[in-house]
Formats: sequence, C-alpha cells, structure tokens
Amino acid sequence: MILVLVAFSVGRYPVSPAQLFALLWAKLTGASIAAPPTLETVVFRVRGPRVLAAIAIGATLAASGSAYQGLFRNPLVSPDILGVSSGAALGATLGIYLSWGVPGIQGLAFALGLGAVAVVYAIAASLRRLDPLLVLVLAGIVIGTMLGACISLLKYLADPYNQLPAITFWLLGSLSAITFGDVVSILPGVLVGLVPLWLLRWRLNVMTLSEEEALTLGVDTRRVRLTVIAAATLMTAAAVSVSGVIGWIGLLIPHFARLLVGPDFSRLLPAAMLLGAAYLVAVDTLARTIAPLEIPLGVLTAFIGAPFFIWLLAVSRRGWQ
Amino acid sequence: MRLDLQDLAFGYAHREVGRDVTFSLSGGEVLCLLGPNGGGKTTLFKTVLRLLAPHGGRIFVDGESITGWSRARLARAFAYVPQAQLGVFPFTVADTVLMGRTAHLGAFATPSRGDRAIALEMLGVLGISHLAARPYTEISGGERQLTLIARALAQEPAILVMDEPTASLDFGNQIRVLSEIEQLAHRGIAVMLSTHDPDHAFLCAHRVALLHHGRLARLGSPEQVITRESLREVYGIEVSVMDATRADGRVVRVCIPTLGTIDPRSDAER
Repeated sequence: MILVLVAFSVGRYPVSPAQLFALLWAKLTGASIAAPPTLETVVFRVRGPRVLAAIAIGATLAASGSAYQGLFRNPLVSPDILGVSSGAALGATLGIYLSWGVPGIQGLAFALGLGAVAVVYAIAASLRRLDPLLVLVLAGIVIGTMLGACISLLKYLADPYNQLPAITFWLLGSLSAITFGDVVSILPGVLVGLVPLWLLRWRLNVMTLSEEEALTLGVDTRRVRLTVIAAATLMTAAAVSVSGVIGWIGLLIPHFARLLVGPDFSRLLPAAMLLGAAYLVAVDTLARTIAPLEIPLGVLTAFIGAPFFIWLLAVSRRGWQ
Repeated sequence: MRLDLQDLAFGYAHREVGRDVTFSLSGGEVLCLLGPNGGGKTTLFKTVLRLLAPHGGRIFVDGESITGWSRARLARAFAYVPQAQLGVFPFTVADTVLMGRTAHLGAFATPSRGDRAIALEMLGVLGISHLAARPYTEISGGERQLTLIARALAQEPAILVMDEPTASLDFGNQIRVLSEIEQLAHRGIAVMLSTHDPDHAFLCAHRVALLHHGRLARLGSPEQVITRESLREVYGIEVSVMDATRADGRVVRVCIPTLGTIDPRSDAER
C-alpha cells in the first residue's frame, strides 16, 4: 500500500513540472509548439530564470517546512515560525528605505533572516529550564512581532511614491524581477541547507516523538535541533531574499506530501520538494497570466492555499491526530 | 550485566524529590517499584535514564559510572517504555519499532535490511506482527503499549525501564504485558518497572522497592515488602495480604483491601 503510494508520487510529480513547462510553451509561443528542442532555448532565455527560480524556491520552502513540522512535532508550523521571513522582510525593507541596489537589498534580507533566527535560538537556549520547543516558538513569535513593528515604522517613514510600493511589492512576494544571477546566488545556500536535512532524515523521524523518547532512543536532540534549524533557516533565508515573502508553501505542501507518501522523512522530503516546486511554478504561471496586471505571489498562494488547506483538514484529519 | 544505584539523590532543577536510594539490579531480574503518587517513581526513572541530572550519588553499569556517556551509548544500555502516548504523525507500527534501532546507527545512517529484520522479529516476539503496516496512531492502547515494548526490545538493551506499563490497559492486556515482562527477564534483560497494583508485583517481580517520600521505605522480595503493615504505612489503607491457590496449583499472594478505613493521620497521599 505504502509502496504503491510512493511509486505513484515519485512517478507522477517529476512529470508534473514537465507538463507545466509544456503548457507554458504553448501559451507563450502560440502555434509553433511542433519543435520543442529549439523552442526550449527560446523559452529558457525569456522565462527560464523565472521557472527555475520557482522550482528552486518552491522546493526549498516545502523542504524546510517539512523539517520544521517534524522538528516541532506540529503540523501547523511553517518555516516562518522562528522569524526567518520577518527578519528577511525587515532586511529588504531597510535596504529599500536606504535606497540600496538590488544586491544590497537581497544581501541585507538574507543576513537579517539568519540574524532573526539566531537571536530567537539564543534566547531559547539561555532559558534552559523550560520546554525547549515551547520557548523556541514563543521567542519566535515575540521577535517576529517586534520585527513586524520595525517594518511598519519603516513603511511609515518611507517615501510614499517610490519606496512604499517597492516595499509592499516585496512583502507580497514576486518572481517577476528575477535573473539567472539570482537563481545562481541562492543555490549554494539552498544546497548547503539541504545536505544536512537529507543526512539527518532518519533522526528527524525520531525527533517527531516526544523529547524524552527521542533522547532515550539515543538521539542528541539538542544537536540535531540546532543543525536542522540552521539548515532550514539558511535555505529559507536564501530563497526568501530573492523572492520576497511567499507564504503557505511551507505549511501546505508538507501536508499534501505526507498524505501521498506517509510521514517517513526519507520519502517525505523528496516528495515535498517536487510538490513544492510544481506548486510554485503553477502559481507563478497563474500570477502572470490570469490578469493583465501581475498579481503578487503571496496573495495568490494564500487564495489558493487557504481553501485547499481546509479541504486537506477535512480529508486527512485522522492522519495527524 | 549489573546496574548499581549508589546514594542517588534526584529531582527537578530546583526541587529535590528523593535521596539515599541505593540498590542494584542484575540481568534476568525484575524489580518492581511501588509507592504512592508523588513518591518519586517517575523522577527516579528519569534520573536513571539521564533525562534528569542526579542531585547526588552515582549510577554504575557493570561497575562503570554512566556520567559522561553519550546519548547513543546510554540508549544501547537502557531502553525506556514510556506510558503509551499518541504520536503526531502516523508512522506505521513497523517504522515505530524500527526507531528502536536508532542508537545502533551512525548519525547520518538510515536503518539497514538487518535493522528491519530485527524490528520485524521483535514484532513477532510480542505477537503483533499483524499490526506491522497499521499506523501507530490508529491502534488500541494495549497494542500501542506492546509496540513500545517491541521498540524497546529492538534497542537490544541490557536494562529495560518501564513506567507503569499496565496503566490504562484493560485486564487482559495488563496480564499480557506482565507475561511479556516475565519472558523478557528469561532473555536475560534486567527489568525495572513501576506499578500501582501490588498484585502485579506478586505476579512478576523478583524484588520490590517501596518508594515513599522519595526514599526507599522497603526493599526485598515481594513477600517481605508487601505486607499489611507496609501498605498501611505508605498508602494509609487497610489491606489483607493472603495466599490463594491458583487453578494451576501454585500458591500466589494477593492483596484484598478493606474499604472505608482510611487512616486520618496518614500523609501518604498529597
């Protein structure tokens, strides 16, 4: 039964982005779809970075979402829980406010994304008497709220004609301005983060049990937790620094993947990445085609994600009860 | 294998729960911990398992202090059967038992074919092979307890620590778990369990430790420890302890409490 599910997902989802590619080509090139090899180069030059970025970022957010949900033993957790998105958002807002160039804005977003989580982790580590997970989540919420206040302040101070729209646009997430350079620049962070998640895939299964069980089964929970948080944060910060805040993927996709292949992380991680990539490619395609004006990604992922999530709740309730 | 606790003082960060606990336990032996709620049974277990740092005293395995042992090394010596709780994610029973192999794997490794074989073997030992593909979240409480025992066995420990393994099980499952405990001791494992039912100690324990206010009130064979006087002392109730002849001809000691004789001077229950 499980094997059938695995075969089903692994068979289906590598194909799914390819189908989307085909759709994309048809849409962009009209009638001349007959010769795919030559069209491919054309399409890659025009839309390539965007699709590649959507694949990389979708996969990244879904992978770190899966890791966080396992680590926090809570299926309602998303990669933002420790403040990486809020930190990155403040970094980008600050960069825009200071009228920095694009690399400066992205660099600052990346740095503050990492910084926010580092502060949250340091706070939680210094309060050792309490349940480590609870303190992490609470510190994450507090720091996130504080960063939100800083962003509001900057928005209030920003030039309403130039800077404010740029800030708002960034906060809603978009892949429209992405370049090949951006895609290349996030790859090291994403890959460096992905390796430990994959290597620790069995330990991550054990981490979904209670803290005491994981410890008595021989897992050094503190070290695994630090490694996974560092890895997932690095990936997310890299992705978010070029795309802006794209919500829902890290929350929703791991659920869907778990429904298909079960909770074992060695199957969940690849499945979530494929689904995340496919989902973001699809949503980004919609974002630039359904209306004359490009719709911000954050808006679309929420509009598609919310009802989908409710449907998932109805279908898979027993799955994580 | 031999486990020694020496003058162990234990408790939470800023609150000592018990002290002066000294006993030893050998392979093949079943030690049953009895005592009222709040007497320190669970805290003592957590300290032995190094989930809590001891406040004083030492713990030895085969004469070697376990201070400074890595988590993996501890897990190869001690296995813990917690009271069955629901997981968050629906791992199958087979995968849940397979997690018992973690301490034998490298940090980055996943279980091998051999590990899977051991997990399946332990399911067989506990007689729950038919549950292998079922989600752990969807089986009954008794089946869950058996799964956790199978997981602990897959850990191949020298010492098995079980916190109230019969709590919240129906009568049949309680006796089934006690039979398994007897079998485990036959395999040479040292078993340390806590229970609230003195009759369970008569059924499966070689020795009984009575823990009261964090100290060992009595330690010895079940017949020595579980007496009318000791039960009155720690629980503040009136109990007749008598012999009964079982259908198989063996004489078994049982406790029969009398209702409505609670001693007002007792401070056993907090």
